Amino acid sequence: MTTSPSPTPAVRLTAIEKRFGAVRANRGASLEVRPGEIHALVGENGAGKSTLMKILSGAMPCDGGTIEVGGRDVTGWTTAEAIASGVGMVHQHFMLVPTLTVAENVVLGREPVSVGTFDRARAVREVEQLSEQSGLIVPADRLVADLSVGEAQRVEILKTLYRGARILLLDEPTAVLSPPEVAELWKVLRRVRDGGATIVLITHKLDEVMSVTEQVTVMRQGETVARFATRDTTPEGIAHAMVGRAVDLSVREGRSVGREAGGAPALEVRDLVVRGARVDRAVNGVSFTVAPGEILGIAGVEGNGQTELLEAIAGLRPVAGGRVLLGGADVTTLDVRARGDAGLSHIPEDRHRRGLILEYSIADNLILGQQHHFQRRGVLDGAAIAANAATQIAAYDIRPTDAALPAQALSGGNQQKIVIAREMARPFTALLAAQPTRGVDVGAIEFIHEELRKARDAGKAILLVSAELREVLTLADRVAVMYGGRFVTVLPRREANEEVLGPYMTGAKREDAA
Amino acid sequence: MSLLLFLAQTLRIAIPYLFAAAGGALAERAGVVSLTLEGFMLGGAFGAVLGSHYTGSAWIGLVTGVAWGLMLALIHAVCSIRYKADQIVVGVAINLFTVGITRFFLQLAFESSSNSPRVAGFGGDAGSSAAAFLTNPLVWMGIVVMPALWWVVQKTTFGLRVRAVGEHPQAAASVGVPVNRVRYVAVLGSGALAALGGVYLALDQHQFTDSMTAGRGFIALAAVIFGRWDPLRAGLACLLFAAAETLQIQLQAAQLIPSQFVAMIPYVLTIVAVAGVVGRSTPPAALGRTTD
Repeated sequence: MTTSPSPTPAVRLTAIEKRFGAVRANRGASLEVRPGEIHALVGENGAGKSTLMKILSGAMPCDGGTIEVGGRDVTGWTTAEAIASGVGMVHQHFMLVPTLTVAENVVLGREPVSVGTFDRARAVREVEQLSEQSGLIVPADRLVADLSVGEAQRVEILKTLYRGARILLLDEPTAVLSPPEVAELWKVLRRVRDGGATIVLITHKLDEVMSVTEQVTVMRQGETVARFATRDTTPEGIAHAMVGRAVDLSVREGRSVGREAGGAPALEVRDLVVRGARVDRAVNGVSFTVAPGEILGIAGVEGNGQTELLEAIAGLRPVAGGRVLLGGADVTTLDVRARGDAGLSHIPEDRHRRGLILEYSIADNLILGQQHHFQRRGVLDGAAIAANAATQIAAYDIRPTDAALPAQALSGGNQQKIVIAREMARPFTALLAAQPTRGVDVGAIEFIHEELRKARDAGKAILLVSAELREVLTLADRVAVMYGGRFVTVLPRREANEEVLGPYMTGAKREDAA
Repeated sequence: MSLLLFLAQTLRIAIPYLFAAAGGALAERAGVVSLTLEGFMLGGAFGAVLGSHYTGSAWIGLVTGVAWGLMLALIHAVCSIRYKADQIVVGVAINLFTVGITRFFLQLAFESSSNSPRVAGFGGDAGSSAAAFLTNPLVWMGIVVMPALWWVVQKTTFGLRVRAVGEHPQAAASVGVPVNRVRYVAVLGSGALAALGGVYLALDQHQFTDSMTAGRGFIALAAVIFGRWDPLRAGLACLLFAAAETLQIQLQAAQLIPSQFVAMIPYVLTIVAVAGVVGRSTPPAALGRTTD
């Protein structure tokens, strides 16, 4: 761990402490960023990166330590003060008001005024000017609700620039972007940096760290554990610091010999049409099959119908047209439980909303949806439930191991293991896996991927949806890209890579391979 | 009955709805549930009669009526914003509290459990010509209240901030908008506006009678929902409800249909409206939610 000899760092955080109840999110964390650099702040989920940035941006106070910006002690400042001093944060979850226009969102809190009233025309003019200067092209007059994710993010960055931000903090900005949008973002950030700004980038994607940053600070369990100059290190070196042990980073591809041949499909979907909350046809005529022993991966930018597709197959959402077949039998009209008993397992994308009841114990969560198999004469069978919990907790290494603890007491990775243990334990022929590793740490990701491969090798059919293209490429035997409610291409794994899939993900290219 | 008379009667009935619905629209756009309109109105009515009784001035009654509304709104704001209590529970509590406290002071001040003595009011005596109510300044204020509120919400920075904190308070906070302060102002404003509805009722009738608002606050809230939280549309909804009520009074007098059915008209219309017959209405996304 070396410290740079720079006289006045743009940002210096020293010995930051932050507690949330019993959890110490930051334990003496530190960070030093030089003016004019792009600095990566990396670490696993829960390492305390976002907390540290929220403290720096004034969004929450720290319990101890000092914050210096441009050599000035600003410990304990508010969001408004941070903004006034040129520190702006682009949040992971967009902080935009969907019912306001782009211009209104950008100027909110610092509105141009004429004769006591909000000067909308000037707001639009200023936003358009700034948009041109920075290369962040946005439609100033449109409602934010109507923007694409990429556009929304540009609005977020414009918001900070409008407030004169000289220090930009970006929290996982690429998580929701397609590859071309990511490339565009880097171009803009470099331009902003060349204009004299300093940028701190929170990420856990090491390829981003290597390609756009000059310095890297690594956090683990609330502490700052390492700091490198990017050119002096390797992805392996950073990963080692993140996890505290050597990690195998090689992308293990799905078997290049796909299961093109062989037998009846375990899961078949024909001309499926599903209505969405905002779009009339969120899924607009999708057909595909998944063979036993195959993983079909669905790539695509989130919000293109993946959620609706999986929920419709699972029986959580009514189907407006088309059929769902499981092992050749039509299950389109069956309810969720009946589909489960017919051999369908489902790892839902949002474990808090769909996958778990957070207040319930680990043991109860492990039988959720299968409680009718754990009863005797209409009464829950405590002994069987306890035995099931003991087996699963051991098999899936769920920690802590006390089955009576409520699920909310567990980390994201361990919560996800509960869901996966439950869905893998039931007899099933097909598995729907939606964002199976979202918000879980690197160690748990490895474990979950291994479980999915094992299930595939045991002859299960798996339909995988992931916002991480890398994850799809790592696991899938065939890759489909979903855009605008349709499958725009389906490729064998060996023909799929980021360059090939990118244009399909943005809708620039389509062959309607439905 | 002439059309002019029908319109005049409709307007007269609509004024308290317009004030209360304006208050409701303001607070709800800022993300605070306005179940309290009924209580604010009743408090405003009683406050107005107290002020008018002791000073003999209807104008001072107007001021004391608004003061009562502000006081009740402050309780609502402190419980809902400062202490993050469930806004529906707080709303119900404030409504019940207001019924009790006005009854208590009615007994204390006027030694009556049903009504106050006659006080100075606006718009001529009860039973005077229908046109006399046009001399009531509150009528003119009521006519402009919705357009004025629309202008505030759509055209001022305060309005922009109200809309932002009602839809996405975290986003507003992230750019330094003082979310709680905006909500306090909106709730207090809603208390003052809704109280004016009660002031109008009391000073129009020149007295306070126990529970005299009789559910008007809830009908005003229905108008807000019917109007999809837009002041102008909510204003039109108020006029519609008032027209239905006028119609009901006329039909009742004509005795064509059993009066009980006729009496239902405004309420049935309210249910139909709120049930979403006029298309789906989407409330402000953060309605009823407080954040840290």
